[in-house]
Amino acid sequence: MINPFAPIGRATIAFCAEIGRFSAFTGRAAAAIVSPPLFIGQFLRQCLQIGYYSLPVIGITAVFIGAALALNIYVGGARFNAEQFVPNIVVLGITRELGPVLAGLMLAGRVSAGIAAEIGTMRVTEQIDAMSTLSTDPFRYLIGPRVLAATLTLPILVLAADIIGVMGGYLVAVNSLDFNGAAYLRNTFDFLETEDVVLGLVKAGVFGFIIASVGAYQGYYSNGGALGVGRATTNAVVGSIVLILAVNYLITAFFVN
Amino acid sequence: MAEKLQLIGIKKMLRGRQVLDGVDIDVRERRSLVIIGGSGQGKSVTLKCALGLMKPDAGQVLVDGADVTKMPEEIRARVMRKFGMLFQGGALFDSLTVWENIAFRLIYADKVARKEARERAIETMRKVRLAPEFADVRPIELSGGMQKRAGLARAIIAKPDILFFDEPTTGLDPITADAINDLIVEMVKELGCAAVSITHDMTSARKIADEIAMLQDGKIVWRGPTASLDSSGNAMVEQFVAGRADGPIQAVV
Repeated sequence: MINPFAPIGRATIAFCAEIGRFSAFTGRAAAAIVSPPLFIGQFLRQCLQIGYYSLPVIGITAVFIGAALALNIYVGGARFNAEQFVPNIVVLGITRELGPVLAGLMLAGRVSAGIAAEIGTMRVTEQIDAMSTLSTDPFRYLIGPRVLAATLTLPILVLAADIIGVMGGYLVAVNSLDFNGAAYLRNTFDFLETEDVVLGLVKAGVFGFIIASVGAYQGYYSNGGALGVGRATTNAVVGSIVLILAVNYLITAFFVN
Repeated sequence: MAEKLQLIGIKKMLRGRQVLDGVDIDVRERRSLVIIGGSGQGKSVTLKCALGLMKPDAGQVLVDGADVTKMPEEIRARVMRKFGMLFQGGALFDSLTVWENIAFRLIYADKVARKEARERAIETMRKVRLAPEFADVRPIELSGGMQKRAGLARAIIAKPDILFFDEPTTGLDPITADAINDLIVEMVKELGCAAVSITHDMTSARKIADEIAMLQDGKIVWRGPTASLDSSGNAMVEQFVAGRADGPIQAVV
């Protein structure tokens, strides 16, 4: 007789095993970051790859989101004569929520997928095994620098996204909605509090860690040739996005409470 | 001469299948052992267990008499420095130039200055007859034979005590394969190290081996000097050497 609970039990055990393996992986990655030797050259290369080369996509996303946000708030605010709150709500929305979340989602596509594909290809072509036989720990050479670079550069990208996003709102408000430029900026800065920016930057650091570690994890354990690398890449993007959204809520709830 | 490497009673199960079921092999200094066997018989798994890339379920891996399976990670990493490995596909790092690949261990593990590491890499390239003009190109620009030479140079640059070769001639034309075989014999002699190779290329096995062992169904079913391969008296070895489909080994198709 088929036990109807068996598949549920199997799935639960597999899920728990995956969580355990991921936790052990991130623990090893974190240990590789905080203890010497750190491969500085690799770290700087990854900062360039993850941080600098992501700036255009983050900037373009931020400017359009800021602009669309300003328009929407203006239309919504007009229903109860609150159009003047456009700068306040744009800066709040960008710094606390949209800046870090959208930057995280964009980088989940660009960086997490890239890391998974690169490390996955190295796994299936035995380059990771080769590295081990050359007395070099892949966690120190490959994974640690990527995780550290993503954790440190994402807050900088989000800071840039915050500024660009606010400027997107400013451009629309001044050019299309007849706001006074100086007044718009004064309202923005008067309303903004340090906590708003700090919340966004904390989120960004955590998202950076998630993006790189999920990508590296999926790549490191990929198998089955090109198909396996493709699967690892998809899982990296989906896993990063789901984790970013879940962790975003938890961090927000923690700060709000 | 004492054994440089011993595998004793190695067992490994993968995806519910007993791939290795008590493998025993050993190799001494200046000796070359070749493990032959059909696809899926566990040759690569044996090599991975010996290299520490895979943890056996049971058994011992002794390097100079010390069991590496029971060593703490840091000490095991030090023992691994005695190894050099030529991978089947070369396994050269795409993102680095040829000389950086060859000098990888010197730069990142032994902390040799880049200038000196480059000089030693180029010197090793000459040894494996890879022209120094290729030092600054990426591995993708090299032919299959050149990639094997670069992989061999990377394996020998730190003068290992034990060299491993995974299907060293696979994918090469007969002339290039023979040149790689010659190089392997020459390098093993020059370094005075022990060598363990896995292959199903019998021409290569005859050329590079002092001894040959046959792995079948997760066990070593025969072992003897290369000269006795054709008079092994073992039906499985005879079938494998002759390349016949009929015999005690069932072909997997």
